[in-house]
Amino acid sequence: MSDYTKEFLAMSKAYEASGGDPASLSDGRIAGLMVSHRRILRSNDAPGVRIEGEETPTGVKAKITVDPGVHVERPVHLCFGVLPKEGTQEIVSEFLVGEGAKASFLAHCVFPNAVKVRHVMDARIHVGKHASLEYSETHYHGEEGGVEVLPTARITIGEGGSYRSLFKLVQGAAGELRIDYEADIGKDALCELDARVYGKRNDAIRIKESLFLNGEKSRGLAKSRIVASDHCTSEVVGEAVGNAPGARGHVDCVEIVRGKDARVSAVPRLLVTDDRAKLTHEAAIGSVDKKQVETLMARGLTEEESVDVVVRGILR
Amino acid sequence: MISVLDLVDVGLAVVGRQILHDINLHVLPGEIHAILGMNGTGKSTLASVIMGLSGFSPTSGKVVFQGEDITALSISGRAKRGITLAWQEPARFEGLTVGEYLELGRHGSPGGGPPPGECLLMVGLPPDRYLQRTVDATLSGGERKRVELASVLSMEPRLSILDEPDSGIDALSLNRILDAVRILARNGASVLLITHQNEIAASADRASSLCGGTILKTGDPLAIGRFFRNHCRECPHGSVPHGEVPLHE
Repeated sequence: MSDYTKEFLAMSKAYEASGGDPASLSDGRIAGLMVSHRRILRSNDAPGVRIEGEETPTGVKAKITVDPGVHVERPVHLCFGVLPKEGTQEIVSEFLVGEGAKASFLAHCVFPNAVKVRHVMDARIHVGKHASLEYSETHYHGEEGGVEVLPTARITIGEGGSYRSLFKLVQGAAGELRIDYEADIGKDALCELDARVYGKRNDAIRIKESLFLNGEKSRGLAKSRIVASDHCTSEVVGEAVGNAPGARGHVDCVEIVRGKDARVSAVPRLLVTDDRAKLTHEAAIGSVDKKQVETLMARGLTEEESVDVVVRGILR
Repeated sequence: MISVLDLVDVGLAVVGRQILHDINLHVLPGEIHAILGMNGTGKSTLASVIMGLSGFSPTSGKVVFQGEDITALSISGRAKRGITLAWQEPARFEGLTVGEYLELGRHGSPGGGPPPGECLLMVGLPPDRYLQRTVDATLSGGERKRVELASVLSMEPRLSILDEPDSGIDALSLNRILDAVRILARNGASVLLITHQNEIAASADRASSLCGGTILKTGDPLAIGRFFRNHCRECPHGSVPHGEVPLHE
């Protein structure tokens, strides 16, 4: 078996462990990109979807284009990972979704053996006029906690366009996670940023989601769901700036603390520069809601089982 | 007849304020027993004491279930013995589907309980439209209460405490809820039906009137209803201190 095949199979296995369907990685009808450390193992186009990848000394540079008017039937599959215990992977990416196009992306980032791994994701995302993009990113980390994950995204959404993202890191140790997403939302456009993370041991989580509601009647939601246990620390900054008439933004943060040594904070920042814009926020941080726990206990679950059900639900 | 539930001289004081006084209540097997009282008279507190919720441990007296003193038992311990509670305003859960929620109820039933779809039908909710819904804010108040009752049905409890199942419910939904209450009783469960509406209490086999944190009368629900209608009024401060209750025959 060649090194390539071995690596492809090992990545596929980790991909499957993260919840992905490995068959999709070798399905010629599905556009996709698989990067193991700094090596492109697979790059496949599909009608209306072009993927241009280039290996760099530190990782990979990729440009993914969805042609105008194209409705991509099957989600584009992306898989990034580092299999060795140590290494740095920098993914510099650009996503261009043409006018009127519609696409969804399923990204899996896998670091099953990480002891000292750094994963940097620097994305520029442009969603064209009346286009729609859904981007789901699921992480699968080992239990060592030796991962540094630094995803940055600068998103622009054209008139009438929509962008929805879901970031999930609930398997394995989060390590050090610093998310920084910023969206420039155009007229009548919609942006939803959703992050869900389960932090354990000494994990350090920092999430910054910023919505710039620049277009008339633009709408945005910055949502985060964090569970922090052991000595985990978490800080969530949800920011919304209403710069246009009729703009509506909402920041929604829930952080649950399990155990006496975890620390969480939530910082909503709302700024309105147009008196016809409206921004709201809600945050709940602390222990699991007592009424939820007691309700489940009244159905026969133990206290611990009840807390698990609540936690699993919010991270789902 | 031996009672399913006996409250014996139960009292509860919270931060020095007496909320319940010398409650003596006996619920018989298979009976629907209404607790009728105005707002702030201690009805929900009584439900919380029976279920063993945190902060509601009796400061005097005891709670006996099927001959066993359960005063010190946890909520889960009570649920495992067959007691459950449907809250007046049920909790909502992100990421938990109605189907999963009802399965959790079955988990608490020694015999497994009826499947979720069947329980939904018993409260008049079509399973194909509700099993995959999430038990969160997307359910209306009425839908959530019916799901709560379905969850109680899924447990096949021996004693169901239903705290104001009628509040915030339209007339049609209310009929469904009362049908479900009858199903519970028909299956041999006792039901403690907490309400402030005479019409609801009238569907019970017996009723007790609660005022100022104490049981004033127990008997035929129509008679208790008449007593309630003629003598009770809104308690001005949420709960009337014992000895100052102005409304007795």
